Amino acid sequence: MITLVELKNGKNATIKKIEGGPGLKNRLEVMNLREGKRIRKTCSAPLHGPVVLEIDGFKMAIGRGMAKKVWVEEI
Amino acid sequence: MKKILLMGNPNVGKSVVFSRLTGVNVIQSNYPGTTVGFTKGHLKIGKNEMDIIDVPGTYSLSPSCKAEEVARDMFFDEKPDLIINVLDVTNLERNLYLTLQILEKNIPTVILLNMWDAAKRKGIHVNLEKLQEIIGLKVIPAVAVTGEGIKDLVNIIDEITLNKNIKLSKIPKMDDSEKWAFIGEILSEVQKIEHRHPSLLEKLEDASVKPFSGIIIAIIVLFITMQVIIGIGEFLINYILDPLYYQYYGPFITSLVQNSIPTGFIHDILIGSGYEYETSFGLLTTGIYVIFAVVLPYILSFYFILGFLEDFGYLPRLAVLLDSIMHKLGLHGYATIPIILGFGCNVPAMLSTRILEGKREKFIATTLIAISIPCMAQTAVIIGLLGKYGIQYIILIYGTLLILFIVLGSILNFLLKGESPEIFFEIPPYRIPHMETLLKKTWMRVKGFLLEALPFVFLGILAINILYLIGVMGALSNLLSPIMSQMLGLPDQAIDALIMGFLRKDLATAMLAPLNLSPNQLVVACTVLATSFPCIATFVVLIKEIGVKDMLKTVVLMLSVALITGTILNLILNGLL
Ligand SMILES: Nc1nc2c(ncn2[C@@H]2O[C@H](COP(=O)(O)OP(=O)(O)OP(=O)(O)O)[C@@H](O)[C@H]2O)c(=O)[nH]1
Ligand SMILES: [Mg+2]
Repeated sequence: MITLVELKNGKNATIKKIEGGPGLKNRLEVMNLREGKRIRKTCSAPLHGPVVLEIDGFKMAIGRGMAKKVWVEEI
Repeated sequence: MKKILLMGNPNVGKSVVFSRLTGVNVIQSNYPGTTVGFTKGHLKIGKNEMDIIDVPGTYSLSPSCKAEEVARDMFFDEKPDLIINVLDVTNLERNLYLTLQILEKNIPTVILLNMWDAAKRKGIHVNLEKLQEIIGLKVIPAVAVTGEGIKDLVNIIDEITLNKNIKLSKIPKMDDSEKWAFIGEILSEVQKIEHRHPSLLEKLEDASVKPFSGIIIAIIVLFITMQVIIGIGEFLINYILDPLYYQYYGPFITSLVQNSIPTGFIHDILIGSGYEYETSFGLLTTGIYVIFAVVLPYILSFYFILGFLEDFGYLPRLAVLLDSIMHKLGLHGYATIPIILGFGCNVPAMLSTRILEGKREKFIATTLIAISIPCMAQTAVIIGLLGKYGIQYIILIYGTLLILFIVLGSILNFLLKGESPEIFFEIPPYRIPHMETLLKKTWMRVKGFLLEALPFVFLGILAINILYLIGVMGALSNLLSPIMSQMLGLPDQAIDALIMGFLRKDLATAMLAPLNLSPNQLVVACTVLATSFPCIATFVVLIKEIGVKDMLKTVVLMLSVALITGTILNLILNGLL
């Protein structure tokens, strides 16, 4: 397992685990970022910016600190 | 009267539906967080009347920012008789989560599946009958921007509010993981997705956030944006409004007033010393000229272009690109949106900071906007005053403001305790703007500008005339003259303009015109005016948004920053530093 930050650009992966308190988990979950979901990482924004990813064709930006708490398995 | 609430995820088209139902125009844009407060409207179907409320979008009933709090409070406190739950049909899975939360509360609900057109384009098929059967509620497909489906919605609203045909969903209460599992089941029953190749727009979407291509695109967009705004603005002024004023309106109004009103106070207030706008200072001369022939053209071109970028969906991408830099200033990328709105007018910008999560961020964002983001009304007058001397002077002002923005942000970030929260938001798809909606939005903002500018500019001109008449201005000038001349290198009369800055920045800046200032002095005066004090409208919103105490801090900061910056600029420009 690797974190979202480590996942290479353009790769697909499945979310395996989300660390952190219930607050964070819930915030990610209501945006459909939850365990078992398939994602595609588009890129990391410039200058160590947020991770941009895609879930079911929908794009979102997630800060690095949060992205480090999302563990995925590449497919 | 029955009360109806429009609820749903951000950016699904609630505000468009609201406008369609009530005829009340509200701002609609292609990014989450457009609506940050609520708007009430009225719907009348035959004799059946009701209130409809447009609410900020939210992903769940547990809020993560001020705007979402508004949505939750409306839902729980307003006791709605009916919820119109608007869904983006291209993203049913995520949207249905909020739906399930709403249905648990046993309030009559109608489901509106919006963006039906986009779903067709994307190859997404939804079996309506089946969905209706599973949820046990009426489900209506719609394309809010064209009005498709709105008639059906109105019919259902009529039935339910007349207490006919009320059905409550029989879906039992579930915990979160049960909800997601249930949503999965629903989708496998009702939704089919054909695979489509990514369109050109979709490829462009990715290119605009990738490090290299993203920055290139951003530079091109900003360059074109500025060129077009200035191009349209100048065209309107030089070829339409200036000729209109000087050839027709000016001579006409002067002779009209001269022939009908004897010389004296009223005569002077109305047309001052003639129709040369710089020196006249009459309500019907300078007042009208500044609003209609200096500021309005730029307001028009700015809001048209801003609206285009908003509806296209570009702004959130800029937010992603700027996120890292913003973190150094105690903000995160999404603060880009209120900041950009601030270049139009600081008032909606202050409101828009509600999309930021924390109090600290909100304070930093509002302060930075108040100090270093000049509104379009002021920019227009600055271009009018300094444009003829060359672009370098305008760059000098904006460069100074940019440096201020960065320095102040870094200092505030360092001084204020707490961390800046991280960015986390949905990036909407690119959409080709719907022209009618775009024009309506532009007109709405222009109208908003006129309604606010006209009374305040007139009031300002009236005040100046009266203050001169009773000699207050002279006394103030004497009192503050050392500051003006020694620190800022400005003549005493410039004090009038700085004081007027509290009322209206555009009028205040225009008051510099007759003073025969050198371009360098104009740069100092315009910068001090931009930074020194929020205009009265912004001031009022600031108090509401951050409270009296924080507002006082901001104001003290503004005054000191203005004096220091003005002094340094003055010294540098005169080669003394
Ligand atoms: N293609 C298409 N676009 C739509 C439709 N309905 C709304 N839009 C566009 O979607 C964007 C979002 O619309 P809004 O009404 O501002 O969305 P909202 O739900 O009020 O968003 P928030 O206020 O941020 O919660 C706008 O750019 C609309 O023009 C539709 O049926 N089809
Ligand atoms: Mg809205």
